[in-house]
Amino acid sequence: MRRFILWSGALCLLALAPLFLRSYTLYILNMAGVYLVATLGLNLLTGYTGQLSIGHAGFLAIGAYAGALLPAKLAVPFWLSIPLAGIISGLAGFILLIPALRLTAIYLAIATLGFGAAVAEILPRWTAVTGGYQGMKVPKAAFLGLTLDSDVKLYYLALIIVILMILLARNIVGSKLGRAFVAIRDQERAAQALGISLTKYKASAFFISAFYTGIAGALYSFVVGYISPGEFDLAKSLLIFMMMALGGMGSIPGSVVGAVFLTFLPHWLSGFRGLQQFIYGAALVLVVIFAPYGIWGFVRRWTMPDKLQRLPRPLRAVVEFVRG
Amino acid sequence: MLRLEGVSTYYGPIQALKEITLEVEEGAVVAVLGANGAGKTTLMNTISGLLHPRGGQITFEGRRIDRLPTERIVRLGIIQVPEGRQLFPDLTVAENLRMGAFVQRDHRGIKESLERVFAHFPVLMDRRGQLAGTLSGGEQQMLAIARALMARPRLLLLDEPSLGLSPILVRELFTILRTLNGEGTTMVLAEQNSHMALTIARYGYILETGRIGLAGKSEELRANKKVKQLYLGIRERSPMTPRGGGESGGA
Ligand SMILES: Nc1ncnc2c1ncn2[C@@H]1O[C@H](COP(=O)(O)OP(=O)(O)O)[C@@H](O)[C@H]1O
Ligand SMILES: [Mg+2]
Repeated sequence: MRRFILWSGALCLLALAPLFLRSYTLYILNMAGVYLVATLGLNLLTGYTGQLSIGHAGFLAIGAYAGALLPAKLAVPFWLSIPLAGIISGLAGFILLIPALRLTAIYLAIATLGFGAAVAEILPRWTAVTGGYQGMKVPKAAFLGLTLDSDVKLYYLALIIVILMILLARNIVGSKLGRAFVAIRDQERAAQALGISLTKYKASAFFISAFYTGIAGALYSFVVGYISPGEFDLAKSLLIFMMMALGGMGSIPGSVVGAVFLTFLPHWLSGFRGLQQFIYGAALVLVVIFAPYGIWGFVRRWTMPDKLQRLPRPLRAVVEFVRG
Repeated sequence: MLRLEGVSTYYGPIQALKEITLEVEEGAVVAVLGANGAGKTTLMNTISGLLHPRGGQITFEGRRIDRLPTERIVRLGIIQVPEGRQLFPDLTVAENLRMGAFVQRDHRGIKESLERVFAHFPVLMDRRGQLAGTLSGGEQQMLAIARALMARPRLLLLDEPSLGLSPILVRELFTILRTLNGEGTTMVLAEQNSHMALTIARYGYILETGRIGLAGKSEELRANKKVKQLYLGIRERSPMTPRGGGESGGA
Protein backbone atom coordinates (compact mmCIF):
# COMPACT_ATOMS: atom_id res chain seq x y z
CA MET A 1 0.00 0.00 0.00
CA ARG A 2 2.77 2.46 0.90
CA ARG A 3 4.52 1.48 -2.30
CA PHE A 4 1.37 2.17 -4.25
CA ILE A 5 1.02 5.66 -2.78
CA LEU A 6 4.69 6.33 -3.42
CA TRP A 7 4.48 5.28 -7.04
CA SER A 8 1.25 7.14 -7.76
CA GLY A 9 2.77 10.23 -6.16
CA ALA A 10 5.84 9.93 -8.37
CA LEU A 11 3.68 9.40 -11.42
CA CYS A 12 1.53 12.47 -10.65
CA LEU A 13 4.67 14.54 -10.20
CA LEU A 14 6.02 13.33 -13.55
CA ALA A 15 2.68 13.96 -15.25
CA LEU A 16 2.47 17.50 -13.88
CA ALA A 17 6.14 18.34 -14.46
CA PRO A 18 5.48 20.30 -17.69
CA LEU A 19 3.51 22.85 -15.65
CA PHE A 20 6.61 23.81 -13.71
CA LEU A 21 9.49 23.22 -16.08
CA ARG A 22 10.89 25.33 -18.87
CA SER A 23 10.70 24.01 -22.39
CA TYR A 24 14.49 23.63 -22.45
CA THR A 25 14.50 21.47 -19.32
CA LEU A 26 11.73 19.38 -20.81
CA TYR A 27 13.82 18.88 -23.93
CA ILE A 28 16.68 17.58 -21.79
CA LEU A 29 14.25 15.36 -19.90
CA ASN A 30 13.05 13.96 -23.22
CA MET A 31 16.63 13.18 -24.16
CA ALA A 32 17.04 11.53 -20.76
CA GLY A 33 14.03 9.37 -21.66
CA VAL A 34 15.69 8.39 -24.94
CA TYR A 35 18.91 7.39 -23.21
CA LEU A 36 17.03 5.68 -20.42
CA VAL A 37 15.40 3.29 -22.88
CA ALA A 38 18.72 2.71 -24.68
CA THR A 39 20.49 2.09 -21.37
CA LEU A 40 17.84 -0.40 -20.31
CA GLY A 41 18.47 -2.18 -23.60
CA LEU A 42 22.20 -2.30 -23.10
CA ASN A 43 21.79 -3.37 -19.49
CA LEU A 44 19.63 -6.34 -20.46
CA LEU A 45 22.43 -7.45 -22.77
CA THR A 46 25.56 -6.52 -20.88
CA GLY A 47 24.42 -6.20 -17.28
CA TYR A 48 22.08 -9.17 -17.23
CA THR A 49 23.39 -11.51 -19.92
CA GLY A 50 27.08 -10.59 -19.70
CA GLN A 51 27.46 -9.83 -23.42
CA LEU A 52 29.58 -6.75 -23.83
CA SER A 53 28.58 -4.21 -26.46
CA ILE A 54 30.31 -0.96 -27.34
CA GLY A 55 28.41 -0.45 -30.56
CA HIS A 56 24.90 0.35 -29.42
CA ALA A 57 24.89 3.70 -31.19
CA GLY A 58 24.46 1.56 -34.31
CA PHE A 59 21.07 0.36 -33.05
CA LEU A 60 20.17 3.87 -31.96
CA ALA A 61 20.91 5.01 -35.51
CA ILE A 62 18.89 2.20 -37.11
CA GLY A 63 15.95 3.03 -34.84
CA ALA A 64 16.25 6.76 -35.49
CA TYR A 65 16.36 6.39 -39.27
CA ALA A 66 13.63 3.76 -39.30
CA GLY A 67 11.46 5.98 -37.08
CA ALA A 68 11.97 8.92 -39.42
CA LEU A 69 11.91 7.13 -42.77
CA LEU A 70 8.92 4.86 -42.27
CA PRO A 71 6.44 7.76 -41.91
CA ALA A 72 8.32 9.97 -44.42
CA LYS A 73 8.82 7.50 -47.28
CA LEU A 74 6.26 4.75 -46.70
CA ALA A 75 3.54 6.73 -44.95
CA VAL A 76 3.56 4.32 -42.04
CA PRO A 77 1.41 5.79 -39.25
CA PHE A 78 3.51 7.17 -36.49
CA TRP A 79 2.15 4.97 -33.69
CA LEU A 80 3.28 1.96 -35.72
CA SER A 81 6.61 3.38 -36.80
CA ILE A 82 8.05 3.35 -33.27
CA PRO A 83 7.52 -0.38 -32.56
CA LEU A 84 8.52 -1.17 -36.15
CA ALA A 85 11.76 0.75 -35.67
CA GLY A 86 12.33 -1.39 -32.58
CA ILE A 87 11.72 -4.60 -34.50
CA ILE A 88 13.97 -3.62 -37.42
CA SER A 89 16.73 -2.74 -34.99
CA GLY A 90 16.06 -5.96 -33.07
CA LEU A 91 16.51 -8.01 -36.23
CA ALA A 92 19.78 -6.20 -36.89
CA GLY A 93 20.78 -7.35 -33.41
CA PHE A 94 20.96 -10.91 -34.67
CA ILE A 95 24.07 -9.92 -36.67
CA LEU A 96 25.96 -9.76 -33.39
CA LEU A 97 24.74 -13.18 -32.34
CA ILE A 98 27.26 -14.82 -34.63
CA PRO A 99 30.35 -13.43 -32.88
CA ALA A 100 28.62 -13.82 -29.50
CA LEU A 101 28.24 -17.56 -30.00
CA ARG A 102 31.69 -18.20 -31.35
CA LEU A 103 34.14 -15.89 -29.77
CA THR A 104 35.31 -14.77 -26.39
CA ALA A 105 34.32 -11.51 -24.75
CA ILE A 106 37.06 -9.41 -26.27
CA TYR A 107 36.16 -10.42 -29.82
CA LEU A 108 32.52 -9.72 -29.18
CA ALA A 109 33.50 -6.25 -27.97
CA ILE A 110 35.50 -5.70 -31.15
CA ALA A 111 32.67 -7.06 -33.29
CA THR A 112 30.16 -4.68 -31.67
CA LEU A 113 32.64 -1.84 -32.16
CA GLY A 114 32.86 -2.82 -35.82
CA PHE A 115 29.09 -2.98 -36.09
CA GLY A 116 28.72 0.54 -34.73
CA ALA A 117 31.40 1.79 -37.11
CA ALA A 118 29.79 0.01 -40.09
CA VAL A 119 26.38 1.58 -39.44
CA ALA A 120 28.02 5.00 -39.12
CA GLU A 121 29.77 4.42 -42.46
CA ILE A 122 26.78 3.08 -44.39
CA LEU A 123 24.26 5.75 -43.37
CA PRO A 124 25.93 8.75 -45.05
CA ARG A 125 26.72 6.74 -48.19
CA TRP A 126 23.16 5.62 -48.71
CA THR A 127 22.34 9.12 -49.88
CA ALA A 128 19.14 8.36 -51.75
CA VAL A 129 17.40 7.20 -48.60
CA THR A 130 19.16 8.86 -45.69
CA GLY A 131 20.04 12.22 -47.18
CA GLY A 132 23.75 11.54 -46.73
CA TYR A 133 26.01 13.53 -44.44
CA GLN A 134 23.61 16.46 -44.29
CA GLY A 135 21.10 14.29 -42.52
CA MET A 136 17.36 14.57 -42.79
CA LYS A 137 14.44 16.36 -41.27
CA VAL A 138 12.14 14.13 -39.28
CA PRO A 139 8.42 14.54 -40.00
CA LYS A 140 6.43 15.72 -37.02
CA ALA A 141 4.90 12.86 -35.14
CA ALA A 142 1.12 12.87 -35.33
CA PHE A 143 -1.28 10.78 -33.35
CA LEU A 144 -5.08 10.69 -33.64
CA GLY A 145 -5.02 14.06 -35.35
CA LEU A 146 -2.78 15.49 -32.67
CA THR A 147 0.58 16.75 -33.91
CA LEU A 148 3.39 16.36 -31.40
CA ASP A 149 5.01 19.67 -32.24
CA SER A 150 6.14 20.89 -28.84
CA ASP A 151 8.49 19.66 -26.14
CA VAL A 152 5.53 19.30 -23.78
CA LYS A 153 3.67 16.94 -26.12
CA LEU A 154 6.85 15.00 -26.83
CA TYR A 155 7.42 14.81 -23.10
CA TYR A 156 4.22 12.84 -22.66
CA LEU A 157 5.16 10.54 -25.54
CA ALA A 158 8.56 9.95 -23.95
CA LEU A 159 7.01 9.40 -20.53
CA ILE A 160 4.61 6.76 -21.82
CA ILE A 161 7.35 4.93 -23.71
CA VAL A 162 9.70 5.05 -20.73
CA ILE A 163 7.08 3.66 -18.35
CA LEU A 164 6.12 0.87 -20.76
CA MET A 165 9.74 -0.07 -21.35
CA ILE A 166 10.57 -0.09 -17.64
CA LEU A 167 7.59 -2.34 -16.91
CA LEU A 168 8.55 -4.65 -19.76
CA ALA A 169 12.14 -4.83 -18.50
CA ARG A 170 10.95 -5.68 -15.00
CA ASN A 171 8.84 -8.47 -16.42
CA ILE A 172 11.68 -9.85 -18.49
CA VAL A 173 14.10 -9.79 -15.58
CA GLY A 174 11.66 -11.58 -13.29
CA SER A 175 10.74 -14.24 -15.84
CA LYS A 176 12.32 -17.48 -16.93
CA LEU A 177 13.98 -15.50 -19.71
CA GLY A 178 15.66 -13.22 -17.18
CA ARG A 179 16.82 -16.18 -15.11
CA ALA A 180 18.35 -17.73 -18.21
CA PHE A 181 20.15 -14.44 -18.95
CA VAL A 182 21.65 -14.31 -15.47
CA ALA A 183 22.62 -18.00 -15.61
CA ILE A 184 24.45 -17.43 -18.90
CA ARG A 185 26.20 -14.41 -17.45
CA ASP A 186 27.32 -16.14 -14.26
CA GLN A 187 28.06 -19.70 -15.40
CA GLU A 188 27.73 -20.17 -19.11
CA ARG A 189 28.82 -23.80 -19.00
CA ALA A 190 26.55 -24.79 -16.12
CA ALA A 191 23.65 -22.95 -17.72
CA GLN A 192 24.17 -24.99 -20.85
CA ALA A 193 24.44 -28.21 -18.86
CA LEU A 194 21.06 -27.45 -17.26
CA GLY A 195 19.45 -27.28 -20.67
CA ILE A 196 19.59 -23.54 -21.32
CA SER A 197 20.20 -23.09 -25.02
CA LEU A 198 22.92 -20.50 -25.52
CA THR A 199 21.79 -19.87 -29.08
CA LYS A 200 18.19 -19.27 -28.14
CA TYR A 201 18.76 -17.09 -25.12
CA LYS A 202 21.68 -15.09 -26.47
CA ALA A 203 19.58 -14.47 -29.58
CA SER A 204 16.74 -13.27 -27.32
CA ALA A 205 19.10 -11.00 -25.42
CA PHE A 206 20.48 -9.42 -28.58
CA PHE A 207 17.05 -9.00 -30.09
CA ILE A 208 15.55 -7.46 -26.96
CA SER A 209 18.52 -5.19 -26.39
CA ALA A 210 18.54 -3.96 -29.99
CA PHE A 211 14.74 -3.62 -29.87
CA TYR A 212 14.98 -1.32 -26.84
CA THR A 213 17.72 0.74 -28.38
CA GLY A 214 15.82 0.95 -31.67
CA ILE A 215 12.78 2.30 -29.84
CA ALA A 216 15.06 4.79 -28.13
CA GLY A 217 16.37 5.78 -31.57
CA ALA A 218 12.90 6.36 -32.96
CA LEU A 219 12.01 8.48 -29.96
CA TYR A 220 15.29 10.34 -30.43
CA SER A 221 14.42 11.23 -34.00
CA PHE A 222 11.07 12.72 -32.95
CA VAL A 223 12.53 14.58 -29.98
CA VAL A 224 15.41 16.09 -31.94
CA GLY A 225 13.49 16.63 -35.18
CA TYR A 226 16.59 16.39 -37.35
CA ILE A 227 19.03 13.49 -37.60
CA SER A 228 22.40 13.10 -39.27
CA PRO A 229 24.84 10.17 -39.34
CA GLY A 230 27.56 11.95 -37.38
CA GLU A 231 25.55 11.78 -34.16
CA PHE A 232 25.74 8.02 -33.94
CA ASP A 233 29.44 7.55 -33.40
CA LEU A 234 31.61 5.65 -30.98
CA ALA A 235 31.29 8.45 -28.43
CA LYS A 236 27.54 7.80 -28.30
CA SER A 237 28.06 4.07 -27.81
CA LEU A 238 30.44 4.80 -24.99
CA LEU A 239 28.00 7.29 -23.49
CA ILE A 240 25.29 4.61 -23.31
CA PHE A 241 27.82 2.21 -21.86
CA MET A 242 28.84 4.76 -19.22
CA MET A 243 25.21 5.37 -18.30
CA MET A 244 24.79 1.66 -17.70
CA ALA A 245 28.06 1.16 -15.81
CA LEU A 246 27.71 4.32 -13.76
CA GLY A 247 24.09 3.68 -12.86
CA GLY A 248 24.58 0.01 -12.07
CA MET A 249 25.02 -3.07 -14.21
CA GLY A 250 22.27 -5.60 -13.89
CA SER A 251 19.90 -3.09 -12.29
CA ILE A 252 16.83 -1.40 -13.74
CA PRO A 253 16.76 1.52 -11.28
CA GLY A 254 20.48 1.85 -11.98
CA SER A 255 19.75 2.36 -15.67
CA VAL A 256 17.28 5.11 -14.78
CA VAL A 257 19.71 6.87 -12.46
CA GLY A 258 22.69 6.52 -14.82
CA ALA A 259 20.85 7.72 -17.91
CA VAL A 260 19.20 10.71 -16.25
CA PHE A 261 22.35 11.73 -14.41
CA LEU A 262 24.65 11.59 -17.43
CA THR A 263 22.11 13.35 -19.65
CA PHE A 264 21.91 16.29 -17.27
CA LEU A 265 25.58 16.36 -16.28
CA PRO A 266 26.90 18.20 -19.37
CA HIS A 267 24.25 20.87 -18.86
CA TRP A 268 25.26 21.35 -15.26
CA LEU A 269 28.87 21.45 -16.34
CA SER A 270 28.32 23.80 -19.25
CA GLY A 271 30.35 26.43 -17.40
CA PHE A 272 33.40 24.17 -17.45
CA ARG A 273 33.91 23.66 -21.18
CA GLY A 274 36.95 21.54 -21.85
CA LEU A 275 36.89 20.07 -18.39
CA GLN A 276 33.87 17.92 -19.21
CA GLN A 277 35.81 14.97 -20.58
CA PHE A 278 38.06 15.05 -17.56
CA ILE A 279 35.12 15.11 -15.17
CA TYR A 280 33.48 12.23 -17.04
CA GLY A 281 36.61 10.12 -16.88
CA ALA A 282 37.22 10.95 -13.23
CA ALA A 283 33.59 10.16 -12.36
CA LEU A 284 33.84 6.74 -13.98
CA VAL A 285 37.09 5.94 -12.19
CA LEU A 286 35.65 7.07 -8.85
CA VAL A 287 32.56 4.95 -9.35
CA VAL A 288 34.59 1.88 -10.25
CA ILE A 289 36.70 2.33 -7.12
CA PHE A 290 34.13 3.45 -4.56
CA ALA A 291 30.86 2.19 -5.93
CA PRO A 292 31.57 -0.88 -8.03
CA TYR A 293 27.86 -1.62 -8.13
CA GLY A 294 27.20 1.75 -9.70
CA ILE A 295 25.38 4.71 -8.22
CA TRP A 296 22.33 2.59 -7.54
CA GLY A 297 24.35 -0.01 -5.66
CA PHE A 298 25.88 2.81 -3.62
CA VAL A 299 22.43 4.13 -2.71
CA ARG A 300 21.24 0.68 -1.75
CA ARG A 301 24.20 0.14 0.49
CA TRP A 302 22.85 2.91 2.71
CA THR A 303 19.19 2.13 2.39
CA MET A 304 19.14 -1.66 2.37
CA PRO A 305 22.55 -2.96 3.45
CA ASP A 306 21.38 -6.56 3.79
CA LYS A 307 20.30 -6.68 0.18
CA LEU A 308 23.59 -5.47 -1.23
CA GLN A 309 24.87 -9.00 -1.59
CA ARG A 310 21.99 -9.76 -3.88
CA LEU A 311 23.28 -7.38 -6.51
CA PRO A 312 24.92 -9.01 -9.50
CA ARG A 313 28.65 -9.04 -9.72
CA PRO A 314 29.85 -5.63 -10.81
CA LEU A 315 31.46 -4.80 -14.09
CA ARG A 316 31.86 -8.46 -14.75
CA ALA A 317 31.72 -8.05 -18.49
CA VAL A 318 34.39 -5.37 -18.31
CA VAL A 319 36.65 -7.61 -16.26
CA GLU A 320 36.15 -10.40 -18.77
CA PHE A 321 36.79 -7.97 -21.57
CA VAL A 322 40.12 -6.96 -20.08
CA ARG A 323 41.11 -10.56 -19.44
CA GLY A 324 40.06 -11.55 -22.95
CA MET B 1 20.45 -47.51 -21.62
CA LEU B 2 23.54 -45.60 -22.79
CA ARG B 3 26.01 -46.90 -25.35
CA LEU B 4 29.17 -45.37 -26.70
CA GLU B 5 30.78 -47.01 -29.68
CA GLY B 6 34.22 -46.00 -30.88
CA VAL B 7 33.76 -42.42 -29.69
CA SER B 8 36.62 -40.05 -30.48
CA THR B 9 36.60 -36.44 -29.29
CA TYR B 10 39.10 -33.78 -30.24
CA TYR B 11 40.15 -30.37 -29.01
CA GLY B 12 41.26 -28.88 -32.29
CA PRO B 13 44.01 -31.20 -33.49
CA ILE B 14 44.40 -32.91 -30.10
CA GLN B 15 42.58 -36.18 -29.69
CA ALA B 16 41.35 -36.43 -26.09
CA LEU B 17 39.13 -39.52 -26.41
CA LYS B 18 40.32 -42.46 -28.50
CA GLU B 19 37.59 -44.78 -29.68
CA ILE B 20 35.82 -45.19 -26.40
CA THR B 21 33.34 -48.03 -26.23
CA LEU B 22 31.25 -48.17 -23.10
CA GLU B 23 27.87 -49.34 -21.94
CA VAL B 24 25.63 -48.29 -19.06
CA GLU B 25 22.73 -50.51 -18.09
CA GLU B 26 19.56 -49.06 -16.64
CA GLY B 27 19.73 -48.88 -12.87
CA ALA B 28 23.49 -49.33 -12.68
CA VAL B 29 26.27 -47.19 -11.33
CA VAL B 30 29.19 -47.22 -13.71
CA ALA B 31 32.53 -45.85 -12.58
CA VAL B 32 34.93 -44.13 -14.95
CA LEU B 33 38.30 -44.02 -13.27
CA GLY B 34 41.46 -42.32 -14.32
CA ALA B 35 44.21 -39.95 -13.30
CA ASN B 36 44.15 -36.23 -13.90
CA GLY B 37 44.07 -35.54 -17.63
CA ALA B 38 42.91 -39.04 -18.54
CA GLY B 39 39.82 -37.67 -20.29
CA LYS B 40 37.03 -38.15 -17.73
CA THR B 41 35.64 -34.63 -18.08
CA THR B 42 35.93 -34.82 -21.85
CA LEU B 43 33.91 -38.04 -21.77
CA MET B 44 31.21 -36.51 -19.58
CA ASN B 45 30.97 -33.42 -21.77
CA THR B 46 30.80 -35.56 -24.89
CA ILE B 47 27.86 -37.51 -23.47
CA SER B 48 26.18 -34.25 -22.40
CA GLY B 49 26.56 -32.76 -25.85
CA LEU B 50 28.80 -29.94 -24.66
CA LEU B 51 31.38 -31.46 -26.98
CA HIS B 52 30.62 -33.39 -30.15
CA PRO B 53 32.61 -36.47 -31.09
CA ARG B 54 34.39 -36.55 -34.42
CA GLY B 55 34.06 -40.30 -34.68
CA GLY B 56 31.86 -43.07 -33.32
CA GLN B 57 28.33 -42.83 -32.02
CA ILE B 58 26.40 -42.44 -28.78
CA THR B 59 22.93 -43.88 -28.29
CA PHE B 60 20.58 -43.35 -25.38
CA GLU B 61 17.72 -45.85 -25.20
CA GLY B 62 18.37 -46.79 -28.78
CA ARG B 63 18.33 -43.22 -30.02
CA ARG B 64 21.39 -41.47 -31.43
CA ILE B 65 22.29 -38.42 -29.40
CA ASP B 66 25.82 -37.47 -30.39
CA ARG B 67 24.70 -34.71 -32.76
CA LEU B 68 22.04 -33.29 -30.46
CA PRO B 69 22.55 -29.98 -28.67
CA THR B 70 22.84 -30.14 -24.88
CA GLU B 71 19.37 -28.76 -24.21
CA ARG B 72 17.84 -31.65 -26.15
CA ILE B 73 19.95 -34.19 -24.30
CA VAL B 74 18.92 -32.63 -20.99
CA ARG B 75 15.29 -33.03 -22.00
CA LEU B 76 15.93 -36.71 -22.64
CA GLY B 77 16.96 -37.00 -18.99
CA ILE B 78 20.76 -37.00 -19.10
CA ILE B 79 21.93 -34.49 -16.52
CA GLN B 80 25.48 -33.65 -15.59
CA VAL B 81 26.86 -32.53 -12.23
CA PRO B 82 29.91 -30.72 -13.58
CA GLU B 83 33.39 -30.86 -12.15
CA GLY B 84 33.97 -28.08 -9.63
CA ARG B 85 30.21 -27.74 -8.95
CA GLN B 86 29.69 -24.62 -11.10
CA LEU B 87 26.91 -23.21 -8.98
CA PHE B 88 25.47 -19.75 -9.47
CA PRO B 89 27.25 -18.11 -6.54
CA ASP B 90 25.17 -14.92 -6.49
CA LEU B 91 21.87 -16.76 -6.50
CA THR B 92 20.35 -18.29 -3.39
CA VAL B 93 20.15 -22.02 -2.76
CA ALA B 94 16.47 -21.98 -3.71
CA GLU B 95 17.18 -20.04 -6.90
CA ASN B 96 19.94 -22.46 -7.84
CA LEU B 97 17.51 -25.34 -7.40
CA ARG B 98 14.97 -23.54 -9.51
CA MET B 99 17.57 -23.15 -12.27
CA GLY B 100 18.02 -26.91 -12.12
CA ALA B 101 14.38 -27.34 -13.11
CA PHE B 102 14.80 -24.91 -16.01
CA VAL B 103 13.54 -27.28 -18.70
CA GLN B 104 10.71 -28.51 -16.48
CA ARG B 105 7.33 -27.12 -17.40
CA ASP B 106 4.92 -28.64 -14.96
CA HIS B 107 4.71 -26.79 -11.66
CA ARG B 108 3.45 -29.69 -9.60
CA GLY B 109 6.37 -31.77 -10.76
CA ILE B 110 8.81 -29.03 -9.79
CA LYS B 111 7.30 -28.85 -6.32
CA GLU B 112 7.57 -32.60 -5.93
CA SER B 113 11.20 -32.58 -7.04
CA LEU B 114 11.90 -29.83 -4.54
CA GLU B 115 10.35 -31.82 -1.71
CA ARG B 116 12.32 -34.89 -2.70
CA VAL B 117 15.55 -32.90 -2.86
CA PHE B 118 14.96 -31.36 0.57
CA ALA B 119 14.25 -34.81 1.97
CA HIS B 120 17.64 -35.99 0.72
CA PHE B 121 19.47 -32.81 1.68
CA PRO B 122 17.83 -31.33 4.76
CA VAL B 123 20.73 -28.91 5.17
CA LEU B 124 19.72 -27.21 1.91
CA MET B 125 16.24 -26.68 3.28
CA ASP B 126 17.72 -24.74 6.20
CA ARG B 127 19.91 -22.71 3.88
CA ARG B 128 17.51 -22.13 1.04
CA GLY B 129 17.65 -18.34 1.39
CA GLN B 130 21.44 -18.23 1.60
CA LEU B 131 23.66 -17.33 -1.36
CA ALA B 132 25.21 -20.42 -2.91
CA GLY B 133 28.65 -18.81 -2.90
CA THR B 134 28.62 -18.65 0.90
CA LEU B 135 28.04 -22.39 1.46
CA SER B 136 30.81 -24.70 2.65
CA GLY B 137 32.50 -27.00 0.15
CA GLY B 138 30.45 -30.00 1.19
CA GLU B 139 27.18 -28.09 1.07
CA GLN B 140 28.09 -26.75 -2.36
CA GLN B 141 28.61 -30.27 -3.67
CA MET B 142 25.27 -31.33 -2.18
CA LEU B 143 23.65 -28.34 -3.86
CA ALA B 144 25.26 -29.22 -7.19
CA ILE B 145 23.77 -32.71 -6.99
CA ALA B 146 20.44 -31.39 -5.74
CA ARG B 147 20.29 -28.90 -8.60
CA ALA B 148 20.84 -31.74 -11.07
CA LEU B 149 18.10 -33.79 -9.38
CA MET B 150 15.67 -30.93 -9.97
CA ALA B 151 15.96 -31.73 -13.67
CA ARG B 152 14.59 -35.23 -12.96
CA PRO B 153 17.53 -37.17 -14.34
CA ARG B 154 17.16 -40.66 -15.67
CA LEU B 155 20.91 -40.80 -16.14
CA LEU B 156 23.05 -38.73 -13.80
CA LEU B 157 26.62 -37.93 -14.85
CA LEU B 158 28.82 -37.07 -11.88
CA ASP B 159 32.22 -35.56 -12.64
CA GLU B 160 34.54 -36.02 -9.66
CA PRO B 161 31.96 -35.21 -6.99
CA SER B 162 34.36 -36.10 -4.18
CA LEU B 163 36.98 -33.59 -5.30
CA GLY B 164 38.05 -31.37 -2.42
CA LEU B 165 35.85 -33.02 0.20
CA SER B 166 37.07 -34.37 3.54
CA PRO B 167 36.97 -38.17 4.00
CA ILE B 168 33.89 -37.90 6.22
CA LEU B 169 32.04 -35.83 3.65
CA VAL B 170 33.11 -38.19 0.89
CA ARG B 171 31.54 -41.06 2.81
CA GLU B 172 28.37 -39.05 3.35
CA LEU B 173 28.28 -38.17 -0.33
CA PHE B 174 28.60 -41.78 -1.42
CA THR B 175 25.87 -42.82 0.97
CA ILE B 176 23.56 -40.34 -0.70
CA LEU B 177 24.59 -41.49 -4.16
CA ARG B 178 23.84 -45.07 -3.17
CA THR B 179 20.39 -44.04 -1.92
CA LEU B 180 19.66 -42.16 -5.12
CA ASN B 181 20.71 -45.15 -7.15
CA GLY B 182 18.48 -47.32 -5.00
CA GLU B 183 15.58 -45.06 -5.96
CA GLY B 184 16.23 -45.79 -9.60
CA THR B 185 18.67 -43.15 -10.87
CA THR B 186 21.27 -44.60 -13.20
CA MET B 187 24.70 -43.03 -12.79
CA VAL B 188 28.02 -42.59 -14.49
CA LEU B 189 30.55 -41.64 -11.85
CA ALA B 190 33.91 -40.20 -12.91
CA GLU B 191 36.40 -40.34 -10.08
CA GLN B 192 40.03 -40.31 -9.16
CA ASN B 193 38.94 -41.63 -5.78
CA SER B 194 38.72 -45.13 -7.21
CA HIS B 195 38.32 -46.93 -3.94
CA MET B 196 35.05 -45.26 -3.00
CA ALA B 197 33.78 -45.29 -6.55
CA LEU B 198 34.28 -49.02 -6.90
CA THR B 199 32.38 -49.69 -3.67
CA ILE B 200 29.15 -48.35 -5.15
CA ALA B 201 29.69 -49.07 -8.84
CA ARG B 202 28.64 -52.30 -10.49
CA TYR B 203 31.01 -51.89 -13.35
CA GLY B 204 34.12 -49.82 -13.96
CA TYR B 205 36.14 -48.47 -16.86
CA ILE B 206 39.67 -47.26 -16.47
CA LEU B 207 40.70 -44.40 -18.73
CA GLU B 208 44.35 -43.95 -19.62
CA THR B 209 45.18 -40.91 -21.74
CA GLY B 210 41.90 -41.01 -23.58
CA ARG B 211 41.75 -44.76 -24.10
CA ILE B 212 39.99 -47.43 -22.11
CA GLY B 213 42.81 -49.34 -20.49
CA LEU B 214 40.75 -51.81 -18.56
CA ALA B 215 37.11 -52.58 -17.97
CA GLY B 216 35.27 -55.02 -15.79
CA LYS B 217 33.03 -55.70 -12.85
CA SER B 218 33.95 -53.77 -9.74
CA GLU B 219 35.05 -56.85 -7.84
CA GLU B 220 37.29 -57.91 -10.69
CA LEU B 221 38.85 -54.48 -10.91
CA ARG B 222 39.38 -54.35 -7.19
CA ALA B 223 41.11 -57.70 -7.29
CA ASN B 224 43.26 -56.75 -10.27
CA LYS B 225 46.89 -56.32 -9.31
CA LYS B 226 47.60 -53.43 -11.63
CA VAL B 227 44.49 -51.57 -10.55
CA LYS B 228 45.39 -52.02 -6.94
CA GLN B 229 48.77 -50.48 -7.47
CA LEU B 230 47.88 -47.66 -9.78
CA TYR B 231 44.43 -46.63 -8.68
CA LEU B 232 43.75 -47.97 -5.26
CA GLY B 233 47.13 -47.16 -3.78
CA ILE B 234 47.45 -50.66 -2.36
CA ARG B 235 50.70 -52.50 -2.68
CA GLU B 236 51.00 -56.24 -2.52
CA ARG B 237 52.64 -57.11 0.75
CA SER B 238 55.85 -58.93 0.14
CA PRO B 239 57.79 -60.65 2.86
CA MET B 240 59.87 -57.92 4.45
CA THR B 241 63.56 -58.30 4.07
CA PRO B 242 65.31 -55.87 6.36
CA ARG B 243 68.29 -55.04 4.18
CA GLY B 244 67.80 -54.48 0.47
CA GLY B 245 67.49 -57.44 -1.87
CA GLY B 246 64.35 -59.51 -2.12
CA GLU B 247 61.39 -58.58 -4.26
CA SER B 248 60.43 -55.38 -2.50
CA GLY B 249 57.79 -53.17 -4.02
CA GLY B 250 56.40 -55.72 -6.39
CA ALA B 251 56.45 -55.36 -10.15
N1 LIG C 1 39.60 -27.13 -23.57
C1 LIG C 1 40.63 -27.95 -23.85
N2 LIG C 1 41.44 -27.67 -24.89
C2 LIG C 1 42.48 -28.49 -25.19
N3 LIG C 1 42.78 -29.59 -24.51
C3 LIG C 1 42.02 -29.92 -23.46
C4 LIG C 1 40.90 -29.11 -23.08
N4 LIG C 1 40.31 -29.68 -22.00
C5 LIG C 1 41.03 -30.79 -21.73
N5 LIG C 1 42.04 -30.94 -22.60
C6 LIG C 1 43.01 -32.05 -22.63
O1 LIG C 1 42.30 -33.24 -22.78
C7 LIG C 1 42.83 -34.24 -21.93
C8 LIG C 1 41.74 -34.79 -21.04
O2 LIG C 1 41.32 -33.78 -20.14
P1 LIG C 1 40.10 -33.99 -19.13
O3 LIG C 1 38.99 -34.58 -19.88
O4 LIG C 1 39.85 -32.69 -18.47
O5 LIG C 1 40.70 -35.02 -18.10
P2 LIG C 1 40.22 -35.40 -16.64
O6 LIG C 1 38.84 -34.87 -16.46
O7 LIG C 1 40.28 -36.87 -16.61
O8 LIG C 1 41.19 -34.78 -15.69
C9 LIG C 1 43.98 -33.60 -21.17
O9 LIG C 1 45.19 -33.95 -21.81
C10 LIG C 1 43.71 -32.14 -21.29
O10 LIG C 1 44.93 -31.43 -21.32
MG1 LIG D 1 38.16 -33.67 -15.06
